[in-house]
Amino acid sequence: MASVRYDHVTKQFSETVKAVNDLSLDIKDKEFLVLVGPSGCGKTTALRLLAGLEEITSGTISIGDRVVNDVAPKDRDIAMVFQSYALYPHMSVFDNMAFGLKLRKMPKSDIEKRVKEAAGILGIDHLLDRKPKQLSGGQRQRVAVGRAIVREPKVFLFDEPLSNLDAKLRVETRAGISKLHQRLGTTFIYVTHDQTEAMTMATRIAVMKDGILQQIGTPSELYDHPSNVFVAGFIGSPSMNFFNGKLAGSNGNMVFDMGAFKLPVPADIRETLRARNDDQYVVGIRPEDIYDAAYQAPDIESSAVEAQVDVVEPMGSEIFLNLLSGENTFVARVDPRSGARAGNQVGLAFNVNKVHVFDKKSEITLR
Amino acid sequence: MRVSKNFGQRLSGLPKHLVLLGICLVWIVPTVGLLVTSFRPAQEVTDSGWWTVFNPPKGRASYQTFCASCHGENGDAIPSANLADPAVIGQFTRSIQLQAVLRKQFNGQPHMGSVPFPNAQETADILNYLRVLSGIQRTQQFTLDNYVDALVGYRGRGTYTQDCAAGTQPVDLKCDFFDLANPRGMGRAFLNTLIVAIPATILPIFIAAFAAYAFAWLHFPLRLWMFALLVGLQVVPLQMTLIPISRLYASLGLNGTFLAVWLFHTGFGLPYAIYLQRNFLGSLPRELFESAYLDGASHWTAFWKLAVPLAMPAIASLAIFQFLWVWNDLLVALVFLGGENPVLTYQISNMVTSLGSGWQVLTAAAFLSMLLPMIIFFSLQRYFVRGMLAGSVKG
Repeated sequence: MASVRYDHVTKQFSETVKAVNDLSLDIKDKEFLVLVGPSGCGKTTALRLLAGLEEITSGTISIGDRVVNDVAPKDRDIAMVFQSYALYPHMSVFDNMAFGLKLRKMPKSDIEKRVKEAAGILGIDHLLDRKPKQLSGGQRQRVAVGRAIVREPKVFLFDEPLSNLDAKLRVETRAGISKLHQRLGTTFIYVTHDQTEAMTMATRIAVMKDGILQQIGTPSELYDHPSNVFVAGFIGSPSMNFFNGKLAGSNGNMVFDMGAFKLPVPADIRETLRARNDDQYVVGIRPEDIYDAAYQAPDIESSAVEAQVDVVEPMGSEIFLNLLSGENTFVARVDPRSGARAGNQVGLAFNVNKVHVFDKKSEITLR
Repeated sequence: MRVSKNFGQRLSGLPKHLVLLGICLVWIVPTVGLLVTSFRPAQEVTDSGWWTVFNPPKGRASYQTFCASCHGENGDAIPSANLADPAVIGQFTRSIQLQAVLRKQFNGQPHMGSVPFPNAQETADILNYLRVLSGIQRTQQFTLDNYVDALVGYRGRGTYTQDCAAGTQPVDLKCDFFDLANPRGMGRAFLNTLIVAIPATILPIFIAAFAAYAFAWLHFPLRLWMFALLVGLQVVPLQMTLIPISRLYASLGLNGTFLAVWLFHTGFGLPYAIYLQRNFLGSLPRELFESAYLDGASHWTAFWKLAVPLAMPAIASLAIFQFLWVWNDLLVALVFLGGENPVLTYQISNMVTSLGSGWQVLTAAAFLSMLLPMIIFFSLQRYFVRGMLAGSVKG
């Protein structure tokens, strides 16, 4: 049993600054939960509260069935991998990994066995005699992970462990950590600002902003049904396009008027909108749901839009188009065969059924 | 192209090298002077500077001008007047006798022939040289007597070895190994200084390490204010506290004891030691300690297993500075130890005042007191540099 539960947890650093604001979160046993958000959103603080490195202002945190508010970090049975790895520079890799076990008075032979085993899993057996400064960034990262897994804790905490690695290594290590999670079958809580890491690794993602939890769900839930404008814009790359739309027309002919172009309102939301006494909405659509009219997917209900191409970014398997239409700027992710050239007009097709609609004031999702 | 570039680089490095060379010279020349002087006999020290040790013997130039043309380089060119024979030269006890001989005629010819007469000083120099040449006077370029005299604290007209051989040594000397422990000697003072300096170095650094850890990584009320106060304490001149502390020691019966000096140096060493170590520990990444706490370390373990090993460069450089300061300190030792347990600086200062003519002993004593600091500096200089650069470069 190593579920983790945040119950109305608040952390206040000063009168005005609430780093974590009334956070309630249930993390199930063996789950890989990723806490994601822009820097300063309180995700690292939330993790440090769980580790016991910061004191909780109000609320409770439990690991398993035990409330750990007043439990010392070392007695919480957790292990943490820090962004800077925090390897002990004067100790060899072996001693770094064995440090926690030695402090727990484990017999020497057991320590050796566990360290060797962890080193084997991570492929660092040949580095055990080296000092941290003799290791590359990727090797250091693996030692930091190794130091966590030899302890066999109930919960693993990762604080942006990949942000100091170069792009290629980051992708490799990402897969490595996912594999490790499957192999160990322990609860992982992982903090990152990178939505790609969150999408690729998580069982569930919790998105935070300004200390407040915005939404929690599986990667596909967050991607397909973001609960508000922030989550919609944060998850996905390139991020979702937003337009200020004015509701116009009536009955079968309801449209969002974006100024330069209009989009028909999807049928399943017309009733809801009609009941609301408001005509200002934020309309969102993901770049992949905008097609070059010449190469649009079959079987979609589309709406034609003309736009001017500002920048063309060929990615090989696809092309990103930065587009201008009236006052609106947006990005489309189109077929690589598209003949769009910078400066030219291009005919686009919006997939109407993939349109997201948000309330203008509260920014909460309506569809 | 490449050559000219290298040349340009060397040229641009020239001022730097000149400055370094200058610094080396400023340091080395007096040190060598002191070292050379400390090995010269008392008579020579008073007669001439240390750089003359490389000069030819006195009077040789005059001899070559006036005598060498007939008597030869070694004085034995004329067998009937062999100047290298002690029996011949032994007749002349004063230079005026030599002058008389020079004015005489030999075989109807003037003694000097066409060579002009030497004046009185030159004659004296020539006679001096002839005594050396004939072996009547033994010149001794270098001697260890100064060191022996300094170590045993000999205060007489001759040297310790001479006096002991003649049995006329001062009453406080026994002419055996126990003389090394003579309270007036540098040997005893060296030991006293070690007894003072080692605990006075270890104690403040040790205590300060605990305080520095607390200031860096523990949270307690008024932490910042206390640290600021501590930084402020560094400017308190120790002279200000001499009288109150002396009175305190008097009431506790501590005056003249080693404990008194240890405590005093500890007190005055602490603020800077805490300040430096706190800054060093504070510059270590916080995650390092947090990681240790998560690994199960208490503050005690984190201090010994993490803070102390990592702060070693700072501790080492601090130890060097504190040791040198205590080693060279005169004021505190004079006030609280005085003549009861004299230290090196105290003894050296006494040599100057009571023995104005004892320069040769002073140089030996000075060199003895320099010895240990120099050894320490050269053997630990890499810590010294590392400590100065502490935190400035990525490790």
